Amino acid sequence: MYRYDEFDHDFLAERVAQFGDQVARRLSGELTEEEFRPLRLMNGLYLQLHAYMLRIAIPYGTLSATQLRALAHVARRYDNGYGHFTTRQNMQFNWIKLEEVPQAMADLAAAEMHGIQTSGNCIRNVTADQWAGVAPDEIEDPRVWCEIIRQWSTLHPEFSFLPRKFKIAVTGSPHDRAAVRVHDIGLRLHRNEAGEIGFEVMVGGGLGRTPYIAKTIREFLPKQDLLSYLEAILRVYNQLGRRDNIYKARIKILVHALGAEKIAELVEAEWQQMRDGALKLPQATIDAISTHFAPPDYPTRDPMPPQLMAARLRDPDFARWLRSNVAPHRVPGYAIVSISLKPEGAPPGDCTAGQMDALADLSERYSFGETRVTHEQNLVFPHVAQEHLPELWRALDALELATPNIGLASDIIACPGLDYCSLANARSIPVAQHLGQRLGALDRQHDLGNLQVKISGCINACGHHHVGHIGLLGVDKNGEEFYQITLGGSAADDASLGAILGPAVAYDKVVDTVASLVEGYVGLRENGERFLDTYRRVGAAPFKERLNAAR
Amino acid sequence: MPLVKDGALVADAWTRIADDAALPGDGAVTVSFKRWEAERSSLLGRNAPVGVFLGNTDPVEALASDLNRIGVVMLDFPKYTDGRAYSQARLLRERLGYRGELRATGNVLRDQLLFMRRSGFDTYEVDERGAAGFAASMAAVTHAYQPATNDAGMLLRRYTSARASGAK
Repeated sequence: MYRYDEFDHDFLAERVAQFGDQVARRLSGELTEEEFRPLRLMNGLYLQLHAYMLRIAIPYGTLSATQLRALAHVARRYDNGYGHFTTRQNMQFNWIKLEEVPQAMADLAAAEMHGIQTSGNCIRNVTADQWAGVAPDEIEDPRVWCEIIRQWSTLHPEFSFLPRKFKIAVTGSPHDRAAVRVHDIGLRLHRNEAGEIGFEVMVGGGLGRTPYIAKTIREFLPKQDLLSYLEAILRVYNQLGRRDNIYKARIKILVHALGAEKIAELVEAEWQQMRDGALKLPQATIDAISTHFAPPDYPTRDPMPPQLMAARLRDPDFARWLRSNVAPHRVPGYAIVSISLKPEGAPPGDCTAGQMDALADLSERYSFGETRVTHEQNLVFPHVAQEHLPELWRALDALELATPNIGLASDIIACPGLDYCSLANARSIPVAQHLGQRLGALDRQHDLGNLQVKISGCINACGHHHVGHIGLLGVDKNGEEFYQITLGGSAADDASLGAILGPAVAYDKVVDTVASLVEGYVGLRENGERFLDTYRRVGAAPFKERLNAAR
Repeated sequence: MPLVKDGALVADAWTRIADDAALPGDGAVTVSFKRWEAERSSLLGRNAPVGVFLGNTDPVEALASDLNRIGVVMLDFPKYTDGRAYSQARLLRERLGYRGELRATGNVLRDQLLFMRRSGFDTYEVDERGAAGFAASMAAVTHAYQPATNDAGMLLRRYTSARASGAK
């Protein structure tokens, strides 16, 4: 994992002091709220419906045990005893007091954490595959590149007041677990015909009210040119992106308006003028950062441990968890364990301070002190010995963290919705809670397989509904909460945007309606098809009928 | 508007001339890009310093061949959240090699000064709060990760020569 050096620590100390001074000037009235707004946003501080919300960056989703304990401390000391993991691998605290923010920031800084660029019209916290470094199909570890991008983008003097927010995601595997095609820039490490590793660069993806799948503007970018090329893209966007309308300001609108070819041409022209300048990455820099991500020294473990086999036969609950929450690791004898933050009936992504502390202890015992955060709002222990799986499962179960539903129907993504957010039209969390219970029951009955349900409380699409196999969008109809249903979206390597199925459904009908759609799929599916495959094969008509009957 | 240069309040040597006003016979003047384009040769032939005020959509490249004859380039922040002038500043300094005064005008607040300096600005039209807090704001963050106009940044240096030689 990346560890701060003296420079990082000194930088962060200055940044914490600077923000403390800005908060003091706001509290004294020297700064107006309008002037303070971008300053607090660039430090992750929002003003929500009921209180301030503090968003802490978890760079590319990697947490040490110390960092997890620091988050638990902030939850306990400055918030209501829990935190919320978001779809961008960050953590949000929803009940923070402005006066206490500087001290919370200082506490987090001691654990090498901060809220820098988790909000505002700047380059946001960079996200990555949660299985980075351990996925069997990985070509190269994306975290090295995320860290390089983190450093380059931190307080970038030219790109801190962009037309709109800017999100970058990196994947190093053919199977995309980082949803790179719905980011402002998606980077995919791959091999060219000569066998060299470089980046496919995709630009202009995004969800929100105008969803687009990103377009490839460069098939292969040599690694040492990554930062100069990113700087060229950002410079083109900073100058040409629209600033007259907040809803048309993302780079996806510019890419759509000018066309991907024209954007590629403008970026290329800019890049040619600076590609061999100060941003060209020397191999020594890449190597120095790579050493932070060297794999742990894995002791040799039995790839077929008898205690695992025995537990699987003895305990069907363990067997079920093993099937849904445990994935193969690149090192024999080890496994990747996903920890669901979607127990049935609970708000997706929430984690109590007690759970965080306990997970920190478990990560030290079973995962080399490392935890990952996923964009599906779950956690991962990336390095678990297979022989430890039964005891880890028992420990997680005691913490109510062993829900066996990763990738299944009740593993729902949802935004905070009207319960917290001032932008929302409708509640997301209670719908996720009720739907999770209902679909969980259906799943046990029919073994639904991989099914992604995503819920957004408004058109800003923080719950990624456009790329849910089933997406729900909260809309306001004469002051009442309704939900528009989209089907057929995906954020994976087969990325697509869902299509609206029909008229929106009222709050008290939405759970029944979605359940009916899923039952319809059960009747139509052929040989192990996922919901998405069935929908793509048969089309919308049978689902439309069910929508009309149910609503 | 107080004007800060080299960390101190200074008197403004430049007079901004509106597009429809007559040019004075002598004295340092600045004009809009539009007027610069229309009256370039008479402005250069005036035998007094001339500067240009660029809007955010005016192309900096159009000044390329005259930069050694221009005394000040003023770039605009119509709102302090509008960051186009940062790109214009870097292009003027790094691409076009401009060495003269580069001034931040408009909604210039003290919490943006560090970004401006690193993008190549060297004079700032600030408000009273910016003038009073100028030194503190400029000293708030002394560590920079990325290369920019006035320094190479640490991303490259600290992993290569600086580290090898033991320097911080």
